[in-house]
Amino acid sequence: MSDIASRVKAIIVDKLGVDETEVTPEASFTNDLGADSLDTVELIMEFEKEFNIAIPDDQAENIGTVGDAIAYIEENAK
Amino acid sequence: MELKRVVVTGLGAITPIGNSIEEYWNSLVNGVSGAGPITRFDTTNFKTKFACEVKGFNPTDYFDRKEVKKLDLFAQYALVAAEQAVQNSGLDVENLDPDSAGVIWGAGIGGIITFLEEARGFVESNGVPRFSPFFIPKMISDIAAGHISMKYNFRGPNYGTVSACASSTHAIADAFNLIRLGKAKVFITGGSEAAINEAGVGGFNALQALSTRNDDPETASRPFDKDRDGFVIGEGAGALILEEYEHAINRGATIYCEVSGAGMTADAYHLTAPHPDGLGARKVMESALSDGNVALDEVDYINVHGTATPLGDIAETKAIKEVFGDHAFKLNISSTKSMTGHLLGAAGAVESIAAILAIKYGIVPPTINHFTDDDEIDNKLNFTFNKAQHRRVRVALSNTFGFGGHNASVAFKAIE
Repeated sequence: MSDIASRVKAIIVDKLGVDETEVTPEASFTNDLGADSLDTVELIMEFEKEFNIAIPDDQAENIGTVGDAIAYIEENAK
Repeated sequence: MELKRVVVTGLGAITPIGNSIEEYWNSLVNGVSGAGPITRFDTTNFKTKFACEVKGFNPTDYFDRKEVKKLDLFAQYALVAAEQAVQNSGLDVENLDPDSAGVIWGAGIGGIITFLEEARGFVESNGVPRFSPFFIPKMISDIAAGHISMKYNFRGPNYGTVSACASSTHAIADAFNLIRLGKAKVFITGGSEAAINEAGVGGFNALQALSTRNDDPETASRPFDKDRDGFVIGEGAGALILEEYEHAINRGATIYCEVSGAGMTADAYHLTAPHPDGLGARKVMESALSDGNVALDEVDYINVHGTATPLGDIAETKAIKEVFGDHAFKLNISSTKSMTGHLLGAAGAVESIAAILAIKYGIVPPTINHFTDDDEIDNKLNFTFNKAQHRRVRVALSNTFGFGGHNASVAFKAIE
């Protein structure tokens, strides 16, 4: 697992209070991991902080799964 | 229109002297102080280094980790105390008509811990506004009422009351009045506060409101004593189930007592100082008594605001003498803040509970930490100094007064 993937997963485990084994690439934040709209906003903010990037709102809307987040950050992190 | 009768059928408490009604009452009767050195932050640079903190409260005993992060401590205390009260009442919340059940909850300040954390984060972020989406819904003081309603599916009247240290008394008074008017059958009411952080202590220090007796925290809260030097900040929650009398009888509820009257007034005088003659305090007691058709000589106990500030204790004492005349010397007065510290917005709720339990058990909890009489206070009054006293309590009043000049008083009456 890449460094980015493990950091992303750690944030999700922390913020959503889910078990690490649930955080699979296919897992949807809202459908599988119990996040509501505010939780999702918080996750995006944590990713921004952790990886020192800015994720525009229109891009953030497309990040619905763990895999989406990892892919976006791998592409955009400095 | 005939007003409905209102009774108390459930109680819950998280306090500096006990995290259940049983523990709280035992500590009150035994004169236990909840004060000690502050453990929540580094007090090196603070004038006051002690407080009445809640002890042994572990949020994850009650909430999962994700919930904890969305709840300021004041809302956590609220939910835990509310649950105790619901359990204690024996209410079958699943089968209540949700539209007839409401929540009115007081908090004088609200999520000041959250506010300070977020403000600190902003300062450290070089001006980039990375506020948590939970910042506002954690901080706002009405949110406790919202959380409680979501937990129990109570869809009736729902809001927070804010009147500084009178907040939860106003909550109880409003719940009482709405049941009387037939607007709901059941309320979860009371209040909570969690302001023992740098901003809370530093802010009250700046007002010179807090005791600075750092060498002896346990005796620092000295209401009506000559050497009183301010209040001791406390935290926690008190929850009450108020219920329409017939509703309580029909379900076979155990009734603590009746809520017989409530008064609300303002000093209209000063930001933080009480009216020197205790004008608002006098009017609010008179108003609570007349509202409940209570005769002066029925009142056996007044749980006073008695914060141990130099001016406040004198003003309240004057007011009691004016309201009650000769009877003032026959009733018991006590400030349980001598033990709990000042729970700010939660004070009215936990002190109402003390008054209600005094009726139930026939014991008046003491005003501890009395060492020296003050010539400016009439010591022929019975302040229940240092030791609890047994007596039948027919009517007990609970007074609270808040910065801004808000006064509220509720009369509780033994059920006949």
